[in-house]
Amino acid sequence: MTAQSTTQIPDPSTRYRRTGQRGINTEMLSWLFMRVSGVLLVILVFGHLFVNLWLGEGVKGIDFAFVAGKWASPFWQVWDLLMLWLGLIHGGNGVRTIINDYARGSTMRLVLKGLLYFAVVLTIVLGTLVVFTFDPCPVGADPSLLPSICEG
Amino acid sequence: MASAQSGTLYRGREGMWSWVAHRISGMLIFLFLLVHVLDTALVRVSPEAYNEVIGHYKSVVFGLGEIGLVAAVLFHALNGLRIILVDFWSQGTRHQRALFWGVVAVWALLMIGFVPRHLMHMFGG
Repeated sequence: MTAQSTTQIPDPSTRYRRTGQRGINTEMLSWLFMRVSGVLLVILVFGHLFVNLWLGEGVKGIDFAFVAGKWASPFWQVWDLLMLWLGLIHGGNGVRTIINDYARGSTMRLVLKGLLYFAVVLTIVLGTLVVFTFDPCPVGADPSLLPSICEG
Repeated sequence: MASAQSGTLYRGREGMWSWVAHRISGMLIFLFLLVHVLDTALVRVSPEAYNEVIGHYKSVVFGLGEIGLVAAVLFHALNGLRIILVDFWSQGTRHQRALFWGVVAVWALLMIGFVPRHLMHMFGG
């Protein structure tokens, strides 16, 4: 007799299960994160585009003084910090999905994901340091390039 | 039955094309985001360095590129909201096709608002 003859046939009334994993697992959390962060990013990015590209002189008005004027306020520091973290994790997770879909072979996947995670972590760390250590009025800088709050 | 005439290519219509556009726009936005954090980080180098690099964003080529970028961001955002509706709204899957055309309509409206204003910023007006 083979092993097959002892295979149990499931009760026909049991519902089909798409995956063995039920309840909370990392892929479900990743799916949920994409939706929650997505809604927040719509607000954050639309606000960012409206202030930087629509108001005033639009893209022509962006220079050091403009950025410094914004980051002098904790409101825009928090705004941009949230946008940085959520945007990079949301985007990184999206690219992870694309790699999973198209990269064949485990070595290729490992290399691409390694590069991806490296770029995401590096960019988040760099961006966070910039927001927290930024000085809107650097000593010795040309005063004509600085925001008005540096006067006096 | 598939024939040479109809072909065997999957034709998912609005659902498929919105998925394709969502991937492409998402990939594009991610790559831009990496560059954008790097160029913004130049504020820690010096005001001159930042102004020099950000000045390129005001050139004609970049100005047109920004229209493409905003187009990608707006589509990805609106279609993302559509995906959330499809997932969480009980009627979402039934109306996914109409929702897609809603996304296209709102996207077009926002672009009609943005593009002339951006071109006026770019070329003076």
